Amino acid sequence: MKTLVQLLAVGLLGAAALAAQAQAPAAAPAATAAPAAAAAPAQPPSAMQIRVWASTCMACHGTAGRAQPGMESLAGMPRDEMIRKMQGFKTGRSPATIMHHHTRGYSDEQIAAIAGYFAALPR
Amino acid sequence: MQRRHFVQSLSAAGALGSVSLLSACATAPGASAPHVVVVGGGYGGATAAKYVRLFSEGKVRVTLIEPNANFISCPMSNLVIGGQRDMAFLTHSYANLQQRHGVQVVRDRVNTIDPARRMVRLAGGSEIAYDRLIVSPGIDFMWQALPGMASAEAKARVLHAWKAGEQTLALRRQLEAMPDGGVYALAIPAVPYRCPPGPYERACMVANYFQKSKPRSKVIIFDANPEIQSKRGLFTRVFSQNFPNHIEYRHGHTLLDVDATTNTLRFEVQENFRAAVANVLPPMRAADLAVNTGLATVLRRWCEVNFLSYESVAVPNVHVLGDAIQTSAGMPKSGHMANQHGKVCAGAVVSLLLGQPVPSMPIVANTCYSFVNDTDAMHVASVHRWDAQQRTMLVVPGSGGVSPAPNEMEGRYAIGWAVNIWADMLG
Repeated sequence: MKTLVQLLAVGLLGAAALAAQAQAPAAAPAATAAPAAAAAPAQPPSAMQIRVWASTCMACHGTAGRAQPGMESLAGMPRDEMIRKMQGFKTGRSPATIMHHHTRGYSDEQIAAIAGYFAALPR
Repeated sequence: MQRRHFVQSLSAAGALGSVSLLSACATAPGASAPHVVVVGGGYGGATAAKYVRLFSEGKVRVTLIEPNANFISCPMSNLVIGGQRDMAFLTHSYANLQQRHGVQVVRDRVNTIDPARRMVRLAGGSEIAYDRLIVSPGIDFMWQALPGMASAEAKARVLHAWKAGEQTLALRRQLEAMPDGGVYALAIPAVPYRCPPGPYERACMVANYFQKSKPRSKVIIFDANPEIQSKRGLFTRVFSQNFPNHIEYRHGHTLLDVDATTNTLRFEVQENFRAAVANVLPPMRAADLAVNTGLATVLRRWCEVNFLSYESVAVPNVHVLGDAIQTSAGMPKSGHMANQHGKVCAGAVVSLLLGQPVPSMPIVANTCYSFVNDTDAMHVASVHRWDAQQRTMLVVPGSGGVSPAPNEMEGRYAIGWAVNIWADMLG
């Protein structure tokens, strides 16, 4: 419940920042809410945030994780398996052509959240 | 929660709903449902249109306005110019957006945007109202920089082929018609321009064609920049090792004008050069619609956005995607990047319209493959995340990089990339 309230608060701040920025003149620095955002403690990501993160993978791995020929589908891949694969690329333990370059852009927590999202999608 | 109810009711009704089926049919939102209008059906706009439908689970109506009957991909178009692929490979229908995802696709051109009334006016004369507008207009060329290119005749003779379509095929035909021994000159403008590695890939694909079919011809690259702008080490090696007799790279060549009647390039400092085929990429800016709407806040050239939502910093309720935006440091103007803009924007727009918190930790990733011959490709990749203090997207330290060398496996992945991203935006 506390988390929910915090999430809501951050959301409101975010929305306020957006609105403020949208109405600012073009040249104005867009940072009225930045100190609040910077000072806020790390929040657990919202369901939409995780969904949008996961969608970054879908350019190559298919909408809803179902790939066209030539790429691996991620839908329904068990969460632990996907975390293991991603960490293998990230640490360099597993050979890769490009996935080491991508996985190193995501934190361990983000990888876990994305893996959980794909695990829940129907194959 | 609502989606779960929906799945249950579908199942109860005996329908076996896949996610895509769900998003396709979940939609008869009434006229009171929030309405998003998307202008431009390229990598940014088509992706945004589809993902607003997916992320809102059909609760937001989407209209996509695009003048062309079909999508034609710029990425991979150098393979048509090089003779490996045909236009059909690049050409894809918008039908699935409508049939599977419930996007209303309108084939027309937006002439003006009226942000005060939240209306777009179409060339066909009608007006469409929006709650939020997503503009993915692509680029237009700064022809005034090249006075000799003003006429339609000049533009038909000296091609850019930097918007895939008729010019892609026309450039291929010019190369085919060129006699063996002729020089193909490629002029590259100063950065920023659409697709940083694209010109160098094009040089390779044309040189690859010359090696096989016109061995006495060669490519000369006249680059306004001081050095190769993407995959520099890789392209430098490919030019010298793969194409020692067929590619010559000349840096620091600022184009002053073009005499299209003789295919002559005039430079600020260096001597004129007369080519058999001249391929000129003029300086670029955000497309006219963005400039005319007051979205192009950087030198009337590029559109500044808030990277949490891609909302314009100048015009409320209008979001801008793709090559038209003022990018953050290290963020290329690429189709893959536009796809990622479209998704972050879609998540933010859906959240704003449905009264939910806007995701505050966006990540966007980029992958650009470049072919160097019939089979071998190489990549550059990067990952960018929101920095709350600097309020911009920064490259995640340690992420990204380039291939060690072009190779066949990445050639197969490059085709896989294309087929998959086309399906992700239009399938």
